[in-house]
Amino acid sequence: MPQVTLTVNGKTHTVEVEGRTLLVELLREKLRLTGTHVGCDTSQCGACVVHIDGNSVKSCTTLAVMADGASVTTIEGLAAADGTLHPMQEAFREYHALQCGFCTPGMVMSAVDLVAKNPQGLSEQEIREGLEGNLCRCTGYHNIVKAIAAAQDVMHGKRTSIAAAAE
Amino acid sequence: MNVVTPFEGIGASVRRKEDVRFLSGRGQYTDDINRPGQAHAWILRSQHAHARIQGIDTAAAAAMPGVVAIYTSADLAAIGGLPCGWQIHNKDGSPMAEPKHPVLAEGKVRHVGDPIAVVIAETRAQARDAAEAIIVDFEVLPAVSQTTAALAADAPRVHDDVAGNLCYDWHIGDKGAVDAAFAAAAHRVVFETTNQRLVPNAMEPRCAVGDYDTTTGEHTLFTTSQNPHVIRLLMGAFVLQIPEAKLRVVAPDVGGGFGSKIYHYAEEAIVTWAAAKLGRAVKWTADRTEAFMSDAHGRDHVTRAELALDKEGTFLGLRVLTHANMGAYLSTFAPCVPTYLYATLLAGVYSTPAIYAEVKAVFTHTVPVDAYRGAGRPEATYLLERLVDVAAKQCGFDRVKLRRRNFIATDAFPYQTPVALQYDSGDYFSTLDQALKTADWAGFEARRAEARMRGKLRGIGISTYLEACGIAPSAVVGSLGARAGLYEVGVIRVHPTGSVTVLTGAHSHGQGHETTFAQLVADKLGVPIANVDIVHGDTAKVPFGMGTYGSRSLAVGGSAMDKAMDKIIAKAKRIAAHLMEASVEDVEFERGTFRVAGTDKTKTLTDVSLAAYVPHNYPIDEIEPGLEETAFYDPKNFTYPGGCHIAEVEIEMETGRVSMVNFTAVDDVGRVINPMIVEGQVQGGVAQGIGQALLEACVYDQDGQLMSGSMMDYTMPRADDLAPVSVATHTTLCTHNPLGVKGCGEVGAIGSPPAVINAVVDALRDYGVEHIEMPATAPKIWSIIHGKSV
Amino acid sequence: MYDFAYHKPASVADAVKLLAADPDAKPISGGHTLLPALKHRLNKPSALVDLSGIAEMKGIRREGNSLIIGALTKHVEVAKSDVVKAAIPALAYMASHIGDNQVRNRGTIGGSVSNNDPAADYPAAVLGLGATIHTSKRKIAADDFFQGMFTTALEEGEILVAIEFPIPEKAGYAKLKNPASRYVMAGAFISKGPAGLRVAINGAGPCVFRQSDMEAALGRNWSADAVAGVKQSADGLNSDIHGSAEYRAHLVTVMAKRAVAAAG
Repeated sequence: MPQVTLTVNGKTHTVEVEGRTLLVELLREKLRLTGTHVGCDTSQCGACVVHIDGNSVKSCTTLAVMADGASVTTIEGLAAADGTLHPMQEAFREYHALQCGFCTPGMVMSAVDLVAKNPQGLSEQEIREGLEGNLCRCTGYHNIVKAIAAAQDVMHGKRTSIAAAAE
Repeated sequence: MNVVTPFEGIGASVRRKEDVRFLSGRGQYTDDINRPGQAHAWILRSQHAHARIQGIDTAAAAAMPGVVAIYTSADLAAIGGLPCGWQIHNKDGSPMAEPKHPVLAEGKVRHVGDPIAVVIAETRAQARDAAEAIIVDFEVLPAVSQTTAALAADAPRVHDDVAGNLCYDWHIGDKGAVDAAFAAAAHRVVFETTNQRLVPNAMEPRCAVGDYDTTTGEHTLFTTSQNPHVIRLLMGAFVLQIPEAKLRVVAPDVGGGFGSKIYHYAEEAIVTWAAAKLGRAVKWTADRTEAFMSDAHGRDHVTRAELALDKEGTFLGLRVLTHANMGAYLSTFAPCVPTYLYATLLAGVYSTPAIYAEVKAVFTHTVPVDAYRGAGRPEATYLLERLVDVAAKQCGFDRVKLRRRNFIATDAFPYQTPVALQYDSGDYFSTLDQALKTADWAGFEARRAEARMRGKLRGIGISTYLEACGIAPSAVVGSLGARAGLYEVGVIRVHPTGSVTVLTGAHSHGQGHETTFAQLVADKLGVPIANVDIVHGDTAKVPFGMGTYGSRSLAVGGSAMDKAMDKIIAKAKRIAAHLMEASVEDVEFERGTFRVAGTDKTKTLTDVSLAAYVPHNYPIDEIEPGLEETAFYDPKNFTYPGGCHIAEVEIEMETGRVSMVNFTAVDDVGRVINPMIVEGQVQGGVAQGIGQALLEACVYDQDGQLMSGSMMDYTMPRADDLAPVSVATHTTLCTHNPLGVKGCGEVGAIGSPPAVINAVVDALRDYGVEHIEMPATAPKIWSIIHGKSV
Repeated sequence: MYDFAYHKPASVADAVKLLAADPDAKPISGGHTLLPALKHRLNKPSALVDLSGIAEMKGIRREGNSLIIGALTKHVEVAKSDVVKAAIPALAYMASHIGDNQVRNRGTIGGSVSNNDPAADYPAAVLGLGATIHTSKRKIAADDFFQGMFTTALEEGEILVAIEFPIPEKAGYAKLKNPASRYVMAGAFISKGPAGLRVAINGAGPCVFRQSDMEAALGRNWSADAVAGVKQSADGLNSDIHGSAEYRAHLVTVMAKRAVAAAG
């Protein structure tokens, strides 16, 4: 069986997998990082989004073997070591941008990458378009869009905290 | 020491307690659970809509790597079929047709996705590999998928013993009175429509893990359910014959339900049964493709409605004939959806004096249909609110004035409708006025003209709706055919140091109960929400419960908690009276503090709870130690949220594409506990309503093949399909539950579809269009604009 | 997925050798077309040959009047490349609108073009710009490359290595997306330049195709109005639950009009 060595949330793992093992299966089943979810089988819902070398990808459409040598960040690795939430996580909480929580990890990981790649700032419409790869059935996206707009202000240093952005 | 900030009680937009775990990837969903020694199941499903199974050869599959066992219906001979929880009676009083719903297909498959066999293997991939090696000898038979076609004399039969595929032929209301109303009417308006089939598509696919303790004989099922106690009852009593005491059902974090996770599904029984048979845990997780062909679908009505009006526009009578598609088998609550959750809503917010509705439910070779967010009420609301617009147009009335003219007067409550329900409270004029103002209805024509300059057709639509939820009085629903009571259970456990654990039979899968319910405790007992733990979803912890659906959690589950808190206070007052050496009649309680009236003598709830658990100075002969109370609350009536939704759309003339540009919701959901959560529930419901109106359709071809069997073909609303949704509330209190709450989970999905379609039709007013069927997709609209067939 | 062996060669030559040795092996790069098909068990390759480690298939460069894009170049790289934006802005625009962010972060131009999904974006650019396909053994003109639904001139074991786009005077792309899959319902890539005046239509038919009536009309009068008057026949176009052939035919004209307007 192929062997994969990859760094996940700063920790290096070497794991035996089948050729057909998906990255999401490696994360959930081998490493027991169950925060990354699977919501569809057509690469559309985005519940499985993680970062590979700083870029958001769908871990359900990536073979584990293709992540050999990569650095992967999952939702479990987003908050600071002391548990302080990332501004995007904090904004999702502040703006009630999650309900059942199932799409949330992928949504947050997508949103973090979207904001990071757009330092010029995104309009509401651009945020909506930037979420094309993520489905949420609970919120109607209204509060997700608001949360991302607030988080980008903090991530880009325009405001000091989500609470300040909320005012 | 319990100190309550005033911001945590009823009415505060407290941020949710559950969020940090979800945001950190530490939610615990069913598929996140792995039991020691666990094997994996894969279900072999029918690719045919209708076929006779002549034989199943599992020999090659059984020899595949990792295979533990393969089961077919022959192995399940001792277990029962999946039960139906509601029995409807025909017009003549005879019971509905109720064919067996086998766990695995027996002799025939009746829809694409019907389970045939289960393979259990060491890994999921191995189980799937082996399932493909099972050889099923099918004799493919003709199928029928469309609702009205199923009733044709020569239609293929779904069940050999159900003539004409008719499940039931039911009616409600006064036919004679309606006939008389039509005879006297100045205007008679006819409207025909299809309320299309939808796929709920909660983001978490269904999952079930069965486990069995060979030493105790205890079965455990972890499952994606909105109501674990109901699953325990149905599966234990009717399918597997396991007594409650030996069957634990756990529904941990559940990733959305919208109705689809109410029902008892075959896979739950399969993994529970197989785990005991094999002596090891068995997990089954659906992929999305399976979800499309095995989760209960929603809606699927074909209806003809007629409205009689006098010459001023007063509604005189309403006549409705609906055909409802049940799919191939009766899902758990399917029969009640197009009857008691639909036809009883046909009065809506109007004082129509005479209503008669007939509903024919039919079997087809399709996935079973059951309640999906709103369940019957969106179908009724859509019908009425489109019908009112059609009537306004045909008869030359202003659509807002016509509604206002027929509203039930604000001083007419309690109001008895001609279709069984008695509304307790409401104020449809205020929600209408507020919505018209927020949406700037009066200024719309200027926006229409401006859009026209940009090559866009802009339209505005309104819906004034009502729904019945907070289900339901047990005796009433029992008389209507429910095979269960619909009360809820709440346990309040005050611990020695004053923190509180609440056990509730309601289940949270996105609704935010862990926060809202804690707010109820904070408000009444004065315990900070950080010290209130809400426990739900586990039959081993919660005494009983009917679960979460029909916007009932707060109205029924919250009321049970309130009732239990009343018992806590009553007992605690007696303890406090003892501690303060006062008469119990003189003890007052408010938010955590007991006081002897008119004095400065006080005790805190913690003083009392400590005394209750350390009863040294305690009236032990009169009062039992401990401070824990259980209440079962059975509602006295349904609750009746209502309101007004206004949609504004723009149509791109070249392509027919509809864009949502504005949406305004003003809802009366009764008392609001957490405004932030209420807004979120309405926004989410509206998104599903817009999805139905513009995007979503579950399509079968004539032969029963599922054409929209994945998200590649079933349009799920995305962020850029939707517009911001303005949500406001205007409260009239529910008069019959202690919290005054009505429910907010479904209003969005109920009120919004007709508002959107009314807006689309309004945008197309120059094209002579009276109606456009949902979903109003670009090709449909383009064909209207360009005078072409789709 | 069925299981398969996995190889990750470091050169085109090695990849060709692996594919030649095993006719049931398939090349993979970003995997965003192949993996969904494998997950649904629509395909049963004995091995996957992962091309992503092959340096010679990477990179974007301008050579005289051509833009050469390595097959492994991801959509996001094309979308953000200053070289592409300067040479063929319509191509960067197209790349920035393929799928979603996550698809663009993994999917490659070579994979998309080799696969020739009728509803994919890139084939329209390749045909609409008159590009040349560089493979492991030859060069193929775009007009000869796309042969039908999911079918190209690539032979067994032949690998698409790079695509050479002649730099046009002007070019534009417009599409309407399928509301569910977000693939292309109908799109038009239009250009005027060294490869002539070209109108390529994707999404609407079983394979990307050139719309010669529109090319003639634009030859007479380069304007959105000129194509607006050209009707696409519905014969042979795709028809499904998302739209009839007639609707798609109509969209072809609308998208062509928009593409011309975008090209300026």
